[in-house]
Amino acid sequence: MDNLLSITTFIPAIAAAILAIFLRGEDAAAQRNAKWVALIATTLTFVVSVFILVGFDPNDTGFQFVEEREWLLGLKYKMGVDGISVLFVMLTTFIMPLTIAASWNVTSRVKEYMIAFLVLETLMLGVFMALDLVLFYLFFEAGLIPMFLIIGIWGGKERIYASFKFFLYTFFGSVLMLVAMVAMFAEAGTTDIPTLMTHEFAFESFSLLGIQIVGGMQTLMFIAFFASFAVKMPMWPVHTWLPDAHVQAPTAGSVVLAAILLKMGGYGFLRFSLPMFPVGAEVMTPLVLWMSAIAIVYTSLVALAQEDMKKLIAYSSVAHMGYVTMGIFAANQQGIDGAIFQMISHGFISGALFLIVGVIYDRMHTRDIDAYGGLVNRMPAYALIFMLFTMANVGLPGTSGFIGEFLTLVGIFQVNTWVAAVATSGVILSAAYALWLYRRVVLGELVKESLKSITDMTGRERAIFAPLVVMTLLLGVYPSLVTDVTGPAVEALIGNYETALSEAGAANDVAQVAE
Amino acid sequence: MQADLNVILPEIVISVYALAALLLTAYTGKDKMAGMLTWLTAAILVAMALWLSTSGVGTRTAFGGMFNDDAFARFAKVVTLVSAAAVMVMGQEYMARRGLLRFEYPLLIALAAVGMMMMVSAGDLMALYMGLELQSLALYVVASLRRDSVKSTEAGLKYFVLGALSSGLLLYGASLTYGYTGTTLFSGIIASAEGQAPIGLLIGIVFVISGLAFKVSAVPFHMWTPDVYQGAPTPITAFFATAPKMAAMGLFARVVHDAYGGVVQDWQQVVAVLSLLSMFLGGVAAIGQRDIKRLMAYSSIAHMGYALMGLAAGTVFGVQAMLIYMVIYITMNVGTFAFILSMERDGQPVTDIVSLNMYSKAHPGRALAMLILLFSLAGVPPLLGFFGKLYVLRAAYEGGLVWLAVAGVIASVIGAFYYLRIVYYMYFGEDQEPLETGKSPVQWGFLMASAALMLLGIVNMFGIEGMAQAAATTLVN
Repeated sequence: MDNLLSITTFIPAIAAAILAIFLRGEDAAAQRNAKWVALIATTLTFVVSVFILVGFDPNDTGFQFVEEREWLLGLKYKMGVDGISVLFVMLTTFIMPLTIAASWNVTSRVKEYMIAFLVLETLMLGVFMALDLVLFYLFFEAGLIPMFLIIGIWGGKERIYASFKFFLYTFFGSVLMLVAMVAMFAEAGTTDIPTLMTHEFAFESFSLLGIQIVGGMQTLMFIAFFASFAVKMPMWPVHTWLPDAHVQAPTAGSVVLAAILLKMGGYGFLRFSLPMFPVGAEVMTPLVLWMSAIAIVYTSLVALAQEDMKKLIAYSSVAHMGYVTMGIFAANQQGIDGAIFQMISHGFISGALFLIVGVIYDRMHTRDIDAYGGLVNRMPAYALIFMLFTMANVGLPGTSGFIGEFLTLVGIFQVNTWVAAVATSGVILSAAYALWLYRRVVLGELVKESLKSITDMTGRERAIFAPLVVMTLLLGVYPSLVTDVTGPAVEALIGNYETALSEAGAANDVAQVAE
Repeated sequence: MQADLNVILPEIVISVYALAALLLTAYTGKDKMAGMLTWLTAAILVAMALWLSTSGVGTRTAFGGMFNDDAFARFAKVVTLVSAAAVMVMGQEYMARRGLLRFEYPLLIALAAVGMMMMVSAGDLMALYMGLELQSLALYVVASLRRDSVKSTEAGLKYFVLGALSSGLLLYGASLTYGYTGTTLFSGIIASAEGQAPIGLLIGIVFVISGLAFKVSAVPFHMWTPDVYQGAPTPITAFFATAPKMAAMGLFARVVHDAYGGVVQDWQQVVAVLSLLSMFLGGVAAIGQRDIKRLMAYSSIAHMGYALMGLAAGTVFGVQAMLIYMVIYITMNVGTFAFILSMERDGQPVTDIVSLNMYSKAHPGRALAMLILLFSLAGVPPLLGFFGKLYVLRAAYEGGLVWLAVAGVIASVIGAFYYLRIVYYMYFGEDQEPLETGKSPVQWGFLMASAALMLLGIVNMFGIEGMAQAAATTLVN
């Protein structure tokens, strides 16, 4: 199986092509067929991807399952996974069948809906596997097209505004990265990611338009990449597209957005920003750390004030992504391990929370918190699952949410105590908004007339939540499942980062002596 | 003499054909033969393209260096001829149903094609002007083909007046160049203009570039484009958007590299500024357009800006990037105009983009193809339009024009907005009575083929890369 990665990546795309070409009509039978084809394809992708995980050797810090072919313009079609990316691949293939299953009630334009999600899965997997700069960019940007359509066609009332904002915001973020990639291509003469990781980009300071740029080219390239990843992540203050997109997207769209698409930003930092521009990263670290800390506190406060459930969870996502950037730029073992762990765990938790909103939205067609109350009386199973994921979101020990937050906080404490102090206060705030949401929606008396006949979760809905519950608890009590895989790769990453920094420091000293 | 004629044999074949057909139709059935003539002309153009692409080797010159036959000329000619033939064939049904299919139409296109072939082969300022005027005169007439329509005649007149002005500018520049170098031959000019150009020659270069910028509709010489695009019958607009653009861009590259190749620094900034202005104006001005033909006019202005970005690099790779960009641009435009040709309601052509509301429900296949083309026009990966942008960006970066590359990507975000707006109408709009799609299977075929090329081309670009590189290498020494 030399091309296991390509097979995994393109199974959904092939299924999408089959749907596009062979499935005709909009009747019930055609809709059912579209759903089943999509579900089978995504499940098959998951099964195949399990072979990647099984065959993966965590102690080998290089790239594994590498495939390579010549392509245009001296570029390469090169795929591979390492300890950092393999879990994101698994997360994607794991979440996708659940989102398809969660979309079983979609009735309008089902065929196009399934095609959009299948294409999206291929593109997301490609992002995590690509080992060529341009190939990465291709997958990274192409994901905008299906997501734009998903929000725009199947979204809520303000979907047009949200879809345009989503597209233009993220597109703008990425084009600067494209220029930086062109610059890297010209400087290093290759777009091969493993080679670029060892290439030392120029870091002599120079002045541009009268401004002294410390760290030179590396800082500029770092900023260009940062613009893209920070928007994708999203980091405060460029997070404003996310609440709009989340609120307007259909449930499955929100799940994919929160669980997978946001992780591309964090993955990008780990794959590009730290290893390729260590000097630039070091120059920018204080800014990034404070942005993360502000994000955690500010968006938690904003979440407290929300009236719309999806918006509240969207802001809570921004806050949780703040821990991730903080952990990554702490640049030590705990920090980065914690960041990856937090991303994986947030994939399960936020995905589940959006599904939880979807369950009652399907029944009541409103996301206003005020429209609910006392659901525990009629929906005990729902209340239980909601509580579990609320606690996981808060970061209660025993759930996966705790491990990620704790590790990143441990990591950052060694680097910057003040940032750690501010960020820790976010933990309290997250408990405040999450528990308050839970109280307002689930607890209390069931007084609203409209809710008197609401029904509890169906078997299909319970089946969707079961794997998420298992993963959240499993990772909560046995985090080594993740850290054993990521540990060696992260250690190698930090080793290279520190070596590069000390060499750069030595070079700078020599330069100063020479002057 | 015999050898010279051999070099220009394809041009002779098309000219003789056009003149013979003109005589024949004048004496016999006139417009009744127009349908057949269209197909015949297209077939001859394609045959010449095939001939050029298979037979041509090496570099030959004729008439004392006034006419070049090299890899660059052949590349540009093949693209020009094939796109002209494609546009003619796909517009035939549209023209016939609206009584516009006169026998002059295919013949004028054939003559314009000869002019365009002459342009990209020019090795002398006189030959350049001859080719340019032959092309332009044919196009002025074609633009006003719908004689009884005010808009169409206005388009033709506007095009003519402004075109004459630009020819004047070009001639003035050519005379200055002649005055300061003592020759009109490109090979002579490049030999005497090396290093620092004298101020008079510099002014000459600027005037020549202004004239050429008019032909490629680069800002600030773009004013005619939206009106002509909107006023001319749609198949003719499709023609304007494709073949002449390639020819003019080929001529542009030919002049700046073959004649002024010794003073790259001097024209590089001018071209860079043209490129910058075109990209931004094309993007910003298109936002307010509701007429899809006007919108495509601004879109083509923006695209010419990107192609000029490649040229502005002033390197072999820059020319290669420009050629690749043009091929991709023309392929996209053929598909897009096939779609626009098919937009109609009650048999009448419709060009308002609002009429596309919920097009995707009635015609999912066509809507999907158009979606692919629009994202490709916007330069969103993984479609081929993105690779065009990648090539010119890299060329600009390596040519030292980092600011232009950064401006280019920002302009592409602005541009993305109006392409998205069409997608918005097609997919998210309000329900209304859907548009009809016309009955021409030829249009459907071109639309689908163009969309498929945008998607499949990313595998290896069908070998265009190597050919463009060979072409660029022969042009830039």
